[in-house]
Amino acid sequence: MAAVTTTTRPTRSGSAEGATALTAPEVARLRADFPILTRTVRGGRPLVYLDSGATSHKPVRVLDAERAFYEQHNAAVHRGAHLLAEEATDAFEGARETVARFIGAPAGEVVFTKNATESLNLVAYAFSNAGAPGAMTGVDPEVAERFVLRPGDEIVVTEMEHHANLVPWQELARRTGATLRWLGLTDEGQLDLSDLHTVVNERTKLLAFTHVSNVLGTVNPVTTLVERAREVGALTVLDACQSVPHLPVDVAGLGVNFLAFSGHKMLGPMGIGVLWGRAELLAAMPPFLTGGSMIEVVRMEGSTYAAPPQRFEAGVPMAAQAVGLAAACDYLTALDMSRLAAHDHELTAALLAGLADRPWVTVVGPTDADDRLGAVSFVVKDVHPHDVGQVLDDSGVAVRVGHHCAWPLHRRFGLSSTTRASFAPYTTLDEVDALLAALDRVPEVFEVSI
Amino acid sequence: MDLYQELILEHSKRPHHAGLREPFDSQVEHVNPTCGDEVTLRVRLEGEGDTATIRDVSYDALGCSISTASTSVLTDEVIGRTVPEALRVYAAMRTMLTSRGADSGDEDVIGDGVAFAGVSKYTGRIKCAMLGWSALTDALARAGVDITAIPDQTGREAGPTPEPASTSRETS
Repeated sequence: MAAVTTTTRPTRSGSAEGATALTAPEVARLRADFPILTRTVRGGRPLVYLDSGATSHKPVRVLDAERAFYEQHNAAVHRGAHLLAEEATDAFEGARETVARFIGAPAGEVVFTKNATESLNLVAYAFSNAGAPGAMTGVDPEVAERFVLRPGDEIVVTEMEHHANLVPWQELARRTGATLRWLGLTDEGQLDLSDLHTVVNERTKLLAFTHVSNVLGTVNPVTTLVERAREVGALTVLDACQSVPHLPVDVAGLGVNFLAFSGHKMLGPMGIGVLWGRAELLAAMPPFLTGGSMIEVVRMEGSTYAAPPQRFEAGVPMAAQAVGLAAACDYLTALDMSRLAAHDHELTAALLAGLADRPWVTVVGPTDADDRLGAVSFVVKDVHPHDVGQVLDDSGVAVRVGHHCAWPLHRRFGLSSTTRASFAPYTTLDEVDALLAALDRVPEVFEVSI
Repeated sequence: MDLYQELILEHSKRPHHAGLREPFDSQVEHVNPTCGDEVTLRVRLEGEGDTATIRDVSYDALGCSISTASTSVLTDEVIGRTVPEALRVYAAMRTMLTSRGADSGDEDVIGDGVAFAGVSKYTGRIKCAMLGWSALTDALARAGVDITAIPDQTGREAGPTPEPASTSRETS
């Protein structure tokens, strides 16, 4: 066994370093692209939307792209002998190319799903189904073996996972008899890598972890984890839901085997997600959902399946949403992901500084803005997060409260829930100030001495 | 904010009848899966059938001010009442809480429960206010009470809460 190697310090993003944040006039201009930001909420107050980590708003360009598809090209893709079907297919496949380019991948490695949850389940069920008789016929035995889980094999996750990147692996372990293990967290909200070499070991077949925590904002050291997984021959799955909207993400540079994200958190439509996977792995994987579109030949006795990505896209696909997601990618690219990362960093630093001035607020996760991204979760002394969120809502400030689908993470910090503010390109420093001002009402409303 | 009535804040800071006590006939644990709040609740009955009386409701709760205060007020309103009376209070509370602001509650039926009338305008908080009440009806059912005959305010018979406000687990 190799000696423990020094771990590389996580950075927000190699390519984001040095980029300048958006200026206030630039943010003001881009806000005009989001119609919903002009509406008012309770008491006629302007909307201060700090819940983009749950779902982001959509710019007109995305909405127009979806509408234009329905108005001008609507047809079921990969079917039909008519012009509209050809146009719809071109639009859908063109969207795949745009999304692939956005993450530095070949188009054939991008699978459209309903959302990131489905993307992760698709991988989990590939492992599950790989164990069925005949499922891996014709697949290189060495590649096939990587997907077969037996009692004694291990699946590794982390304690900071969203339920979407935890429950599918728990279920996979239950179905196959494999053992689920996990990396714990430090008090600072970083992955505890002190036992990385024991938790990820020769029995590990799969390492699934998040790129950026949806609660702590922690940016995880992908390279360190991938290196260890490679040493032991384990496949890696990265939950990139909270990184793709905020950072330049390049799949080749990350070195993982699979990567999942959702469209709706990155200014795209609801109802579409992405699974990226290395071509040779996707080619070996048995299908997850089966039916129309994903077949090669169907006979009453049995069927053969199309090559990826179609093998994993059963049924009439969400072409309008794919087109909308491609428009979101173009929109983000035009804004420049490196600058958006710097913008996010500026917002995070401002909020952390404001909260540090309020000793009655405790932030969970790294205290240094350099170690985090996208979201800041906190608790207010003696006030339940749901009540905090209600007072903020009364001031027009929309945040998320609860366990944010990361219940074990909360338990780790002795909490049942937190209040979370999360950002997007249209978030302003003024909105961070509005949150802080609204927060100052909380101790007063609940008569808490601070 | 009209939601946080003084009575609610008062009960949330100093909840009445808190803590788990013996003896009890049934105990349930209910959680609100969306926020992780939970309540463990026990009931103690005396007597049989329609004349059965709720002698005690004791609980251990982890939750927001709305759920804590609601469970606290619940104990004030149902301890000492007969089971049919308590179920009428439950039904009236449920009707008010799900009325989206249309029903301000009848103080003669639900007493201090009227302080929660404002909750019905915040659909995200109805589950908070119902957590203890759902636990109570579940605990009564597990203690042998027929809760399928819970009346609504019009006197018609209504079934149990159509959409469960929480998930439950029986404990002993």
